[in-house]
Amino acid sequence: MDATTEQLHGHRSLQHHFENMEQQREAGTLGMWVFLVTEIMFFGGMFLAYTLYRSAYPQAFASASNHLDITLGALNTGVLIFSSFTMAMAVYFTQTGKPRPQVICLVLTLLLGLTFLGIKAVEYHDKYNDHLIPGRLIPGRPFGPEVAQEGDHDPHKLHLLPGATVRQVELFYWIYFAMTGMHALHMIIGAGLLTFLLIFSLKGRFDPEYHSPVEVIGLYWHFVDIIWIFLFPLLYLLGRHLEHV
Amino acid sequence: MKPIESFEIPEPSKVNYINAQYGLKSWLLTKDHKRIALLYLGSITFFFFIGGLYAMMIRLELLTPPGDFMQSATYNKVFTQHGIIMIFFFLIPSIPATLGNFLIPMMIGAKDLAFPRINLLSWYIYMLGGVITIYALLAGGVDTGWTFYTPFSTTFSNTYVVAAGLGIFVNGFSSILTGLNFIVTVHTMRAPGMTWFRLPLFVWSLYATSLVMILGTPVIAITILLLAFERLAHVGIFDPALGGDPILFQHLFWFYSHPAVYIMVLPSMGVISELIANFSRKNIFGYSFVAFSSLAIAVFGFLVWGHHLFVTSQSVYAGMIFSFLSFAVAIPSAIKVFNWTATLYKSSISYDTPMLYALGFIGLFTVGGMTGLFLASLAVDVHLSDTYFVVAHFHYIMVGGALMGYLGGLHYWWPKISGRMYPEGWGRFSALVIFVGFNLTFLPQFVAGYLGMPRRYHAYPPEFQVFNVLSTAGASILGFGMLIPAIYFVWSMRYGKHAEANPWHLPGLEWRTQSPPPTENFAVTPIVTWEAYEFAPAEETEVVGKFRPEMERI
Repeated sequence: MDATTEQLHGHRSLQHHFENMEQQREAGTLGMWVFLVTEIMFFGGMFLAYTLYRSAYPQAFASASNHLDITLGALNTGVLIFSSFTMAMAVYFTQTGKPRPQVICLVLTLLLGLTFLGIKAVEYHDKYNDHLIPGRLIPGRPFGPEVAQEGDHDPHKLHLLPGATVRQVELFYWIYFAMTGMHALHMIIGAGLLTFLLIFSLKGRFDPEYHSPVEVIGLYWHFVDIIWIFLFPLLYLLGRHLEHV
Repeated sequence: MKPIESFEIPEPSKVNYINAQYGLKSWLLTKDHKRIALLYLGSITFFFFIGGLYAMMIRLELLTPPGDFMQSATYNKVFTQHGIIMIFFFLIPSIPATLGNFLIPMMIGAKDLAFPRINLLSWYIYMLGGVITIYALLAGGVDTGWTFYTPFSTTFSNTYVVAAGLGIFVNGFSSILTGLNFIVTVHTMRAPGMTWFRLPLFVWSLYATSLVMILGTPVIAITILLLAFERLAHVGIFDPALGGDPILFQHLFWFYSHPAVYIMVLPSMGVISELIANFSRKNIFGYSFVAFSSLAIAVFGFLVWGHHLFVTSQSVYAGMIFSFLSFAVAIPSAIKVFNWTATLYKSSISYDTPMLYALGFIGLFTVGGMTGLFLASLAVDVHLSDTYFVVAHFHYIMVGGALMGYLGGLHYWWPKISGRMYPEGWGRFSALVIFVGFNLTFLPQFVAGYLGMPRRYHAYPPEFQVFNVLSTAGASILGFGMLIPAIYFVWSMRYGKHAEANPWHLPGLEWRTQSPPPTENFAVTPIVTWEAYEFAPAEETEVVGKFRPEMERI
């Protein structure tokens, strides 16, 4: 598109129903913020269930929580925080019109996201081995962890604190899988969106005038990170001190 | 009516959004908000008649005390499916997705909604949800009541709960996307000079509705998803046998489903504000009060869900707070009713069909709202809970309120939508038939319920028969009344009188373009210099119309 047509019709990425790029960018950003509000409400239902049952069954939640792999959880937290940084840099480089570092940052973000999912898969597999997948989510392999006796330190067995029952631990694991599973689904969608951004970046579609897709998907990515920032302490850390009582 | 001639409308072009393109593909792939509104109009009408069919079956069964027309299991499915179809597939999308979709961009002077593709996507999602639900109905139905209470829905019901739930889950995203689109559009797409306090009240009420849609719908989505998993995989947070709490389900369900009532009735209130002001040719009394009362209803509406749980194990203190807040939500609703009636005072009212619906709405909504206060009272609710009093109450809100507003709005904007006039005589006649039929159907149910007739039973003691015969007779009249507009709207699309650009002689932006509008709504983006509902004499109205050629030089 040459300069004259661009003057007549505005930027090539301007949709017909917007007056100018500014209005289009504002609409896109506001749209994503509104969407994130709905996401908060969506996860909110599960956070409510978590709060309710943690206060109802504190010992069971602590016992179940202690069985989670804190090292992998902490590692994943670091991975996600770092991916938020690279995402923010990708937005910065798009706005300032530096395509090469922008592409590098997007690739890094995507790789970090996939790393998170990989580590999560390892964790899920550990839980599968320990028979901790609740209900009949896996057909033919119902929830049934081995309960450790007094003095037994086998990490693959469930160490119940006094007052906790296996049934209540199962409830914790259902909430754990529901919340982290829904979070992982959002990560997968995010990875798809990043791939789309990457293709468009390589085609040179973004410039300092037109960068709202990068910004908006960046907002989404940060949001998914923040959900994890809440999930990690709630699921992995709370009640850990009870382990040695 | 004294015509307002203070603005000029360009020579009507032969090209409009309906005939701009032809062929099925041009409709199924359209990004034009007006065409999408028509797609919605067709689909919700389809669902309305399915839901109406179930209503007729209910009324037929209840004509006589014993369960003779169908068995109890069948009856359970029929009232469940009536509720699911009418609420999720008719009432919730009704005004927002048709009239709102069509009118919001036109009322604020925009070419389209902010996200036209998402708008089309939301229709496809709606249809997908509809197809899944229809599958659930055809495969064998669902019998949990539209409320899906656990543990019956998760453990005991052996009907198609998951499929019906999935249909509602999917449909919810259509609602979320519509709300999102409206909010962003109102924020970012208003024409120059169209300030927030110049917006028509219809836009305000849809903005408030959209807030409820985006805040409430995700909660029902996750709730239904958890319910489906609980049923399929035996993982439980609702089933007491699995350590869960069924009351948690009720809390989560009503956290959405009570505000959902406001999704149904707020848009209708917006339509009524338009009709009252425009058909009494007077600026609305207390514009900002009416506008803010919409927001107040949306906000308060989220704080009252516990009044559905008065007869559960909910703490009595929580009950008292929920009762108080439920009374509080009556205040903004009353503000609206008082402002509408104050607008009518000493105005020049014309009794066209839309106005008949609007006046009917005021009365019916007042009855519905006042009986709601009975149910919000802790002690009285214990007596009335799960009786026909509740059924009558919410039908006064949903049918007497939401549906009347929808029909009134459809008549009012029909000339703009179709470019044709509906037959006024038939319109007035059917409005009266619907009003009479509606009251005959639901007024006796208040009495039956107060005397103790429970809801959701296919048989009842003989002493209630007189109320049920009245109710069934009324339902027949109501059903007949609904058929008349369905017939003449279709008829008018071909044979109706051609509508001029502004058949009602009104100042709103949507009337300042041809009927039906061109695809881009306005030839040039309008510049708004007038207040909403400005019925001042023509010479006093300063209008900087975009249609005046000389304005383009400014």
